[in-house]
Amino acid sequence: MTTKLMGQGVQRVEDQRLLRGQGRFVDDVLVGQGTLHVAVLRSPHAHARIRDIDVSGVLDVEGVHAVWTYDDLAGLAPNMADPLPLLIPHPALTQGRTQYALAKDEVNYVGEAVAFVVAEDRYLAEDAVGRIQVDYELLPPVVGIEAARAADQLVHPDVPGNVAARLVQDTGAPGELEAAMAAAPHRLSLDLTVERSACTPLEGRGTVARWDPDTNRMTVWSSTQTSTGVRAVVAAKLGLDLGQVDVVTPDVGGGFGVKINHPWPEELLVPLAARALGRPVKFTEDRREHFISSAHERGQLQHIEVGFDDDGRLQALEVTFWHDHGAYIPYGLIVPIITSTQLLGPYKPRVYRVTFESLYTNTVMVTPYRGAGRPQGCYAMERTMDAIAAYLGKDRTEVRAANFIQPDEFPYDQRMTFQDGRELEYDSGDYPAMLEKIKALIGWEEFPRFREEMAAQGRQVGIGLACYVEGTGVGPYEGAHVHIETSGKVKVATGLTSQGQGHQTAFAQLVADELGVRFEDVEVVTGDTRRMAYAVGTFASRAAVMSGSAIHLAAKRAKEKVLRIAAEALEASEDDLEIVDGIVSVRGTTAHIDLGTIAVLSNPLRYAFDERSKLATQFSVGDPGKPPVAEDDEPGLEGKDFYSPERSTFASGMHAVIVETDPRTAEIKILKYAVVHDCGNLINPMIVEGQIHGGVAQGVGGALYERMVYDESGQLLNASFMDFLMPYVTEVPDGIAIDHLETPSPLNPLGIKGAGEAGVIPSAAVFASAISDAEGFPITAMPISPSDLFQLRRTLTEEPS
Amino acid sequence: MSPDTSTEERHEVVLTVNGVAHEVSLPARRLLSDALRHDLGLTGTHVGCEHGVCGACTVLLDGAPVRACLVLAVQCEGVEVTTVEGLGGPDGSLSPVQQAFAECHGLQCGFCTPGFLTTVTAGLRDNPTPTHEEAREMVAGNLCRCTGYQNIVKAVERAAVIAGDATAEEAR
Ligand code: FES
Ligand code: FES
Repeated sequence: MTTKLMGQGVQRVEDQRLLRGQGRFVDDVLVGQGTLHVAVLRSPHAHARIRDIDVSGVLDVEGVHAVWTYDDLAGLAPNMADPLPLLIPHPALTQGRTQYALAKDEVNYVGEAVAFVVAEDRYLAEDAVGRIQVDYELLPPVVGIEAARAADQLVHPDVPGNVAARLVQDTGAPGELEAAMAAAPHRLSLDLTVERSACTPLEGRGTVARWDPDTNRMTVWSSTQTSTGVRAVVAAKLGLDLGQVDVVTPDVGGGFGVKINHPWPEELLVPLAARALGRPVKFTEDRREHFISSAHERGQLQHIEVGFDDDGRLQALEVTFWHDHGAYIPYGLIVPIITSTQLLGPYKPRVYRVTFESLYTNTVMVTPYRGAGRPQGCYAMERTMDAIAAYLGKDRTEVRAANFIQPDEFPYDQRMTFQDGRELEYDSGDYPAMLEKIKALIGWEEFPRFREEMAAQGRQVGIGLACYVEGTGVGPYEGAHVHIETSGKVKVATGLTSQGQGHQTAFAQLVADELGVRFEDVEVVTGDTRRMAYAVGTFASRAAVMSGSAIHLAAKRAKEKVLRIAAEALEASEDDLEIVDGIVSVRGTTAHIDLGTIAVLSNPLRYAFDERSKLATQFSVGDPGKPPVAEDDEPGLEGKDFYSPERSTFASGMHAVIVETDPRTAEIKILKYAVVHDCGNLINPMIVEGQIHGGVAQGVGGALYERMVYDESGQLLNASFMDFLMPYVTEVPDGIAIDHLETPSPLNPLGIKGAGEAGVIPSAAVFASAISDAEGFPITAMPISPSDLFQLRRTLTEEPS
Repeated sequence: MSPDTSTEERHEVVLTVNGVAHEVSLPARRLLSDALRHDLGLTGTHVGCEHGVCGACTVLLDGAPVRACLVLAVQCEGVEVTTVEGLGGPDGSLSPVQQAFAECHGLQCGFCTPGFLTTVTAGLRDNPTPTHEEAREMVAGNLCRCTGYQNIVKAVERAAVIAGDATAEEAR
């Protein structure tokens, strides 16, 4: 018997290429094949009118092939003159604005694309960009949420108050919240802030395109999280039929959300140039460009009113927050909707009302970053839990436990609408068991003694914890195609893309299990529209749930056909067959047939091309009285299926941390970090733990180091890895204790839930909790640096409140 | 083929990479990272920041780890350049460091990986039996956004063991 691969830490097949330097990232595609290179002139101002752009002399630079501004676009493809699409419309998004591929008349953030140059190499393209003269009329910029709310200046003159959308969700009847709040024995209010950060994958954005005039086809390689999305928009904007465009996602050097937005201006301009110039064209974003012209996330101001009883039970929770979405809003309201709904975590307030405003500012736009609004929601809720515990003088875990949804209450309806337009209904989980596990893992009960020991040495420590629930695996669907070739090798395709999650490995595990083939014989392709034209994309921790389920179902279909043909060939009943290592045999006998031969038999041939294929030719097989391919059958040994769940599945987790804060320097040191995580059944625990490690590191960055420092004129002051402090190994915990809980999801055939974002969600909350505990005063603004903490100590001691 | 349209002065240089000599004609400003990737087609060396901070572009120059984005290609004549493509055995086998990264799940997207592999290769040559602290320090100048470094540190320690076993084997 082959052992089941699901649940095993199988080593990744991807690594063999990547370790040898044989990865194919987008900048590695079409090297030296006459490929031209792009540089983009970007706005140096946060808010300005463009009076004039002078490109004369640019084409005189030898090696420059094209220089385009907005005025050139309509002539190249009429739809290119329109604004870029608003990807996710929402009824509340009444003032949606998106940018143009190249700025038209005005610029709204430093970094906005103004002109596009194509040249023999990037050096020459940058030389040429340096020759373009733009005459700007400066306008006052709106920077920061306070300025956006004050609305003394407007980002877009036709958007009053800088408000793109205002959305209210209330789980109670009119007046219910007010009544519950008034009746609550205790009330508290909190004001919190979270600053901007960004995904910053090590590989930035990039696009390569080649137009083939012989076949009238466009091939685009893009470092994207959605190849089908890019394909659709390239076709629409360039005026091509969908069938003329292929999008291939090569190896992607990390995404974390930012590469789900599409199309970036360059994603359209590059294929446009490839067609116009008749040469392959490549754009590779540099690091500064990634900071100022891709996307950020996280920035919010939050106000919380909470009413609770003597046990800390939430009687009424009212949250209002202001979300900074930057200069444009192509990704709609997804991030604030997620904050507003996922804020609830594992808890069940009696009544909850949330109101948010999504605000324009003259800064880089905001699209989801790993966690996608959940870290902010978790922070709001968990700070509230800590505040309640402090107020009541109770243990922080006790207050949380008093509010948990209980294991016998699933499915649990939170009475809200989630980011996918469906009800926020949790499928499964066990929060009390999880709390016990995290307490044991971090040493919650033993901590007071540890604190005393440390205090005796003059050292100051604190402990914190935070809980979250994460809707993962959102729809609408993913699909998969499984093809067993006559060699017996299995070729699998699914349309969503990979950015390092090890999909080729995890998905091959599922196929090997279902089909009974050797893992080595399965090859998985992701994100290639030539192989799977219907797909959505990789985001919201959905790949394993969605494509994993689809692949499982497709493999099942292929298996049904395998068994049918094998039963006929072996003259046995399907029930007596088993497949092991690619051989179908009749149980208890020596009769067998291999998958390759079954594949040969599945495709009736007229022409033999080798010895084996003779088996399938017209004088060898088939009943002359029947059509060679039955009416309800197809030639070939394939299975195709789609998975489209009713709603998301809800993973959950709890993190805890022990920190030490230096009484003099305010340096913050992580002594221990623990994670308990429930993503249902695990496909590959090694990969899941890797995802958690990476998420925790990003969380540490977001909690203690990373922020986008804009000055009042809208310049991003730290747009480099020198100044934006992304953690090195020296900043992350040395060891992360991880424990799993597996409550299978009832919503998909494998019982799995997503895992990709989990590691990052509770970080701001858990560090705020631990630092507060160490310092003895509340932490309300994240991230927090040693100097922030130092200042905070001074303010609080100088003017005690 | 790209026509030579640049009016910039070009320099004839011989770049010796992974033991192979390449004659190339380059403008003085061409970075080593770009020359490797675009002129020699050795795309295993990655560029994550182009300002010397991330370490993704790290190659070995006469055995010493150097950031290829901070070196001009024309400076490298007469220098042995080793890139990730040159780390494995001539038979295509993985080096101990590469092997350890595979075993320990020390990479996810793999974009930072070439820089870690070259850095650790040089590090373990200089210190074949690092302590845990030394293993962490060895990779403390390279950025990875995916792995949270936990398994990279494990891979360094594992690589030391694999390399140690191999040396012991040879000695026998
Ligand atoms: S690319 Fe050279 S150090 Fe980042
Ligand atoms: S593995 Fe992706 S950056 Fe390191």
